[in-house]
Amino acid sequence: MADCAKPVSPRPGIGAAALVVALIFGTLTAVALRAEVGRGFGASDWAAVRFTLTQACLSAVLSVGLAIPVARALARRRFFGRRILITLLGAPFILPVIVAILGLLQVFGRAGWISSGLAMLGLEPVQIYGLHGVVLAHVFFNLPLATRLILQGWQEIPAERFRLAAQLGADSRAMWQLLERPMLTRIMPGALAVVFAICLSSFAVALTLGGGPRATTIELAIYQAFRFDFDLGRAALLSALQLVLTGTAALVALRVAAGEGFGTGLDRALQRWDGTGPIARLLDGMWIATAAIFLMLPLGAIVLSGLPGLTGLPVSVWAAALNSVLVAALSTVLLLLLALPMATAVALGRGGAIELAGILGLAASPLVIGTGLFIVIYPIADPFALALPVTALVNAVMALPFALRILVPRAQVVVGRYGRLALSLDMRGWSFVWRVLLPRMRPQIGFAAGLAAALSMGDLGVIALFADPEFATLPLQIYRLMGAYRMELASAAALLLLALSMAAFWILDRGGRWHAEA
Amino acid sequence: MKYLVIAAGILSTTAAVAEVPELTVYTYDSFVSDWGPGPAVEAAFEEVCGCDLKLVGAGDGAALLARIKLEGARSDADVVLGLDTNLTAAAKATGLFAEHSVVADYTLPVAWEDKTFAPYDWGYFSFVQNADATAPTNFKDLAASDTKIVIQDPRSSTPGLGLLMWVKAAYGDEAPAIWADLSDNVVTVTKGWSEAYGLFLEGEADMVLSYTTSPAYHLIAEEDDSKTAALFDEGHYLQVEVAGKLANSDQPELADQFLNFMVSEAFQSIIPTTNWMYPAVTPAAGLPAGFETLVQPGKSLLLTEDEAASVRDTALDEWLTALSR
Repeated sequence: MADCAKPVSPRPGIGAAALVVALIFGTLTAVALRAEVGRGFGASDWAAVRFTLTQACLSAVLSVGLAIPVARALARRRFFGRRILITLLGAPFILPVIVAILGLLQVFGRAGWISSGLAMLGLEPVQIYGLHGVVLAHVFFNLPLATRLILQGWQEIPAERFRLAAQLGADSRAMWQLLERPMLTRIMPGALAVVFAICLSSFAVALTLGGGPRATTIELAIYQAFRFDFDLGRAALLSALQLVLTGTAALVALRVAAGEGFGTGLDRALQRWDGTGPIARLLDGMWIATAAIFLMLPLGAIVLSGLPGLTGLPVSVWAAALNSVLVAALSTVLLLLLALPMATAVALGRGGAIELAGILGLAASPLVIGTGLFIVIYPIADPFALALPVTALVNAVMALPFALRILVPRAQVVVGRYGRLALSLDMRGWSFVWRVLLPRMRPQIGFAAGLAAALSMGDLGVIALFADPEFATLPLQIYRLMGAYRMELASAAALLLLALSMAAFWILDRGGRWHAEA
Repeated sequence: MKYLVIAAGILSTTAAVAEVPELTVYTYDSFVSDWGPGPAVEAAFEEVCGCDLKLVGAGDGAALLARIKLEGARSDADVVLGLDTNLTAAAKATGLFAEHSVVADYTLPVAWEDKTFAPYDWGYFSFVQNADATAPTNFKDLAASDTKIVIQDPRSSTPGLGLLMWVKAAYGDEAPAIWADLSDNVVTVTKGWSEAYGLFLEGEADMVLSYTTSPAYHLIAEEDDSKTAALFDEGHYLQVEVAGKLANSDQPELADQFLNFMVSEAFQSIIPTTNWMYPAVTPAAGLPAGFETLVQPGKSLLLTEDEAASVRDTALDEWLTALSR
């Protein structure tokens, strides 16, 4: 009975993982079973697979590669506005795709700020459309996420280690070799896998920034199979392929990421003694400034184009905003109910399969999940009546991979540090969870909840398939406004969405860090 | 058990008292939105039908058809509104639709004889641009110019598919060459109409694939006459939007009543300034002021539904080949 030596049982986590797997594969099977004879895979599908892999690998490597110096700089420096900057880092990630594309193009497009500036100097405009445009957009979306994940890795290193290293006279270089590099080899593979999985299922961003059908991704091929050919078999097959690719990436990442943690500290606030020289400070400052400008300019564009219409927003947009807040709240609760037991189970050594189940949420095509759920629900209940819970559940499953990346490392640390102590005090089950685990994971729970709430708020998700005229979410209203030529109001609604998402993120993330050093 | 019986009794009595027949109409999402025709149509029909009209939005035309296929014969829908002639052949092939009884004096540029689907509005595809720019006069002229265009992907967008059909109807076997020449004019391809139109308004392209009626929105709703549609001399492809009734409807009379209402004055006068298309039957009072300023194509192009269904895959392959280079 291996469980006897653990303060809590991994069973709830295994159950949650099983539920997620059932949802993803159940819906996929439902779609496959409805399939009639289709034309199977064609050359264009393989081209889509190749393009998808290329852009996803490039995007993942660049996003994570650039995130390392940014996160290191943020971990070493304390400056005015640092907290706000770290919160704003969450913003690009949670924007509805269409809003983010328009924001990016206002800066980098043919008629964007940079091109206009170049034109004033008599130079050619920037050529944004192409593979580099796709990668640029994906770095815009994922650099902030990767930075947050890696920054968290830095915060996992006990303050005592830095103190000891400083006492032994370790300089920046030695710190890097002794503490930072081993930490990165543990954290980086997971971050790479998550970003890879996000970019794998990209569709509208890849198509628009990629400049046309050269940039066809698997998700677009699924879309085509579903609505152009109504070939459900091919849609299911492509979706399965997407799951396999993500699963493989996740398995590789898990294998590579194995390594020892840093052991126990006294939960003290972090203080650094290295990197105080002028060159190190200048370099760190440059990294932070560059990342901030790159991320903030498109956000600024979105804010500027949203302001004029803000006062004219109709009641229906505000009502939709309220619905979005409801969906986000429900989705966040569902996410925590799934993610916390799963993270605990992973920390108890039931790793692989559960982590794998967690990351699949990203690889599952929303169109296939939505259609599958529709096929499953339709015979027993009215899908429209279930629009809110279904949207919230699917959003929670989509946010699960991020939540696990955030929660798992910390849960491992807490169980590793305090598990045996708790057992010796005969502290088990709820009392361990309540008195030891949850309080020590509060910042991570706050971050994960904030991310889930914000993601759910900004995601169009399956609501488009289950939409009912009386129940619209804010992203859906933004699409409707754009579809009715109301671009100015749509921009204003997007600004409202951005503000709401950031507020939800801020409140939950800050709530978790109350009285804690961020 | 006793309570259950009583509860069931109470429920069934309330249900009997409140029994108002319900007509369920599936349509595309922009129809039901607050800025589309939906709310006004619902109010106008409920005034005359003594029923509850339930409009259900499902993506766009193609998603709507996919939805009906998924639900099959058990669908709650009584009427499907929002397919176009590129989809009607596939819709008929499902065998789920019944013939309609609509008779109307259509003001379409083409004769309408379909017994399954009745039209409610129509429009010409065209490239919309700023009024002060020089307009190309046909696809060859456009391809030879430096004009940058943004278009929609035919795999995910109805107008995108319309453009394929337009080039195919105008040029037939010459279509691949036209697309090859156009490929350097295409700035990018978007998932749907909204993205493309948004990019155009932000100045990313000189022209966007839309409708000849798009400038009417800017003129009437925004009092902005800076947008115009380019007139192409090879003719403009038509989009005719239609509705049909489902064979398994539990409200067949009400469905017929709705389809007849659809071509009546009350419904048709809502269309121009909410859907920004031409009504299928011009209202007695004529079109709203501003519509007279729109360009009038000399020639209308429209493939029959069978032609459209048979050239669809070839046209898509040609388009993909030309633009993937």
